[in-house]
Amino acid sequence: MSEMFYWQALNRAMDAEMAADETVLTLGEDVGLYGGTYRVTEGLMAKYGEWRVRDTPISENSFTGLGVGAAMLGLRPVVEIMTINFALFAMDAIVNMAAKIPFMSGGQFPMPLTIRMPGGVAKQLGAQHSQRLEHMLMNVPGLRMAVPATPQDAYWQLRQAIRSDDPVIVLEHELLYFSKGGVDEMISAPPIHQALVRRQGRDITCVAYSRMLPLALQAAEALAAEGIELTVIDLRSLSPIDWDTCIAAVEQTHRCLIVEEDCRFAGAGAELAATLQEHCFYLLDAPIRRVAGMDIPTPFNGTLEAASIPQADDIVQAARQMMARNGAVR
Amino acid sequence: MDKTQMAAMLRDMLRARAFEEAAAQAYAQGHIAGFLHLYPGEEAVAVGVLHAAEPGDYVVSTYREHVHALVRGIPARQIMAELHGKKTGISGGMGGSMHLFDQDRRFLGGYAIVGETFPIALGAGYAVAYRKLPEAVLCFFGDGAVNQGTFHESLNMAALWKLPIFFICENNHYQIGTEIHRHSAITEVYKRACAYGIPAEKADGMDVIAVHEAAARALVRIRAGEGPQFLELETYRYRGHSMADSGSYRPNVELNAYQANDPIAAAVHEAEYPYPGIEAVAAASANSVTRFADHCCQEGHLDDATVERMRREVQEEVADAVTFAEQSAAPDMEDAWKAFRSNRRFETLMEVAR
Ligand SMILES: Cc1ncc(C[n+]2csc(CCOP(=O)(O)OP(=O)(O)O)c2C)c(N)n1
Repeated sequence: MSEMFYWQALNRAMDAEMAADETVLTLGEDVGLYGGTYRVTEGLMAKYGEWRVRDTPISENSFTGLGVGAAMLGLRPVVEIMTINFALFAMDAIVNMAAKIPFMSGGQFPMPLTIRMPGGVAKQLGAQHSQRLEHMLMNVPGLRMAVPATPQDAYWQLRQAIRSDDPVIVLEHELLYFSKGGVDEMISAPPIHQALVRRQGRDITCVAYSRMLPLALQAAEALAAEGIELTVIDLRSLSPIDWDTCIAAVEQTHRCLIVEEDCRFAGAGAELAATLQEHCFYLLDAPIRRVAGMDIPTPFNGTLEAASIPQADDIVQAARQMMARNGAVR
Repeated sequence: MDKTQMAAMLRDMLRARAFEEAAAQAYAQGHIAGFLHLYPGEEAVAVGVLHAAEPGDYVVSTYREHVHALVRGIPARQIMAELHGKKTGISGGMGGSMHLFDQDRRFLGGYAIVGETFPIALGAGYAVAYRKLPEAVLCFFGDGAVNQGTFHESLNMAALWKLPIFFICENNHYQIGTEIHRHSAITEVYKRACAYGIPAEKADGMDVIAVHEAAARALVRIRAGEGPQFLELETYRYRGHSMADSGSYRPNVELNAYQANDPIAAAVHEAEYPYPGIEAVAAASANSVTRFADHCCQEGHLDDATVERMRREVQEEVADAVTFAEQSAAPDMEDAWKAFRSNRRFETLMEVAR
């Protein structure tokens, strides 16, 4: 077990898979000589050469489509899209090609394609560079989506994604790249889509993922001091979702709070709330509640930017209200 | 080109350099956050092109747009305030460095997604042509952007419908850290326009007069109804891609070579050029004689002292902009919702629905 940054964990995972299997290759803007904008592909070009670590032009749809074609011929491409905001150009390749080809070919063509992309609200990058958009991809049958929140998961899940014969999106978070944590490269990993209970509590099940996980844990810490105990679940995967882990936790706490950074309206939280409600209605002591980003493009101004997305304190407030009013939401 | 225009161009270049260096400093001090893409080295492009345009023309730009905005006439104060995320900024603090918009000056925005500028310009050009107006649409983009699908799709439609669009490629040789020979099969970008039958030219983007002349020629053709025109300007950015990038991937010799050919030094030199004697004119070759003679007779020249005064004045202007930005109030969430609702025009929607 060694301590490392999230980006380093991803880098190690890439390296391990590239060393183990020569059909694994990576491509994207500035992944080669430059080493990747978030350093994830650093050093790989020197080690594996240009045909396995390819700098591409700014042509997201076509180079993601290239990944699809190469996967049809049995390669295991890892496409890096510099940020999810630019994946909108590649939606055709992702939605119409990668997600459909295995199905449309009657299973003839597996799709061992991994698409890595950072997303999220970082620090004052403006509305066009501050999106998550996971809800758009969650709605596409045929795609898997991993949302690692820790270096350990970044490592495990990227390796699993590369080995998977399904198309997998690995959604990273720009503010997590420089977070540190332990990575054990030897132990066997839980399945890529399994949710993990990061903290056990009696009062509320808080479902979080990606960058909202550390915030939820921070809020849980603060709430514990005043006697409110949170179970914090790290979803780890948004497609598919590990409902069993969520339901089992709600069975114990009878309350459920969902935290997401993306806009609230029609977001990932809406899906979580609706489905958990179907399964847990008779178990609940309070309506399921969501803490989410505001339904507004992210303002550039730093104070407003922070105000437009959940902070640990918003989670604390919501949890307090759920306990105090026994769930009556304003 | 007359002396006044020459002086105005030189002043804009000096102001641009001072503005960007001040922005870099404010960023280093933590007053500006986020991405900051600066323009030093490329001034001759914005200044040469925009001085050839009319106030009625539209401008579409990228995330490296401060200088386009500045030369277009947006006050330094409002640009600097936007970089600082303040309420007094040209986008009210909602846009930031990469999203400067000014409806009054027909500045249609800076876009942070590479390849978006083409369809925006296409739409603007379509609207102008549709209304049979005399305006042109100026579309700025980098050498990296031409590999985006929208480039080809938009050029095709622009040519097909003879839209009044001026495509201006700022070829600074790099797409972040990827050098042009590693991102483009055809590195002479202007040649790509031939696939759509769009007249294209290449000019020295370090030479403001060459840029101005080429842009003026293209704009004349656009206004004559000849449809889209394409201009590639070879230039160089002195800094890294953004403040987050030191630009270490570039060989020093390359940077030094371009810095030796600094567009501002060249412009100063040109502006200060002493009136040549008869012998000097006669000694030049036939072509340059006419050009030289025309040039000098019409323009006269500026002197050292004037240039120095200009430098001082723009420094003061930029310093004032920084102070203004720092002292301006920040917007509040109410302002954000107002900006958002004014875009959505909820009220109107409701009325129509009824
Ligand atoms: C669609 C899209 N993909 C990737 C990026 C990330 N990115 C920002 S600027 C840039 C390089 C653009 O190079 P160029 O067009 O030559 O313009 P320059 O920065 O040199 O002025 C890239 C890859 C982006 N903003 N949008």
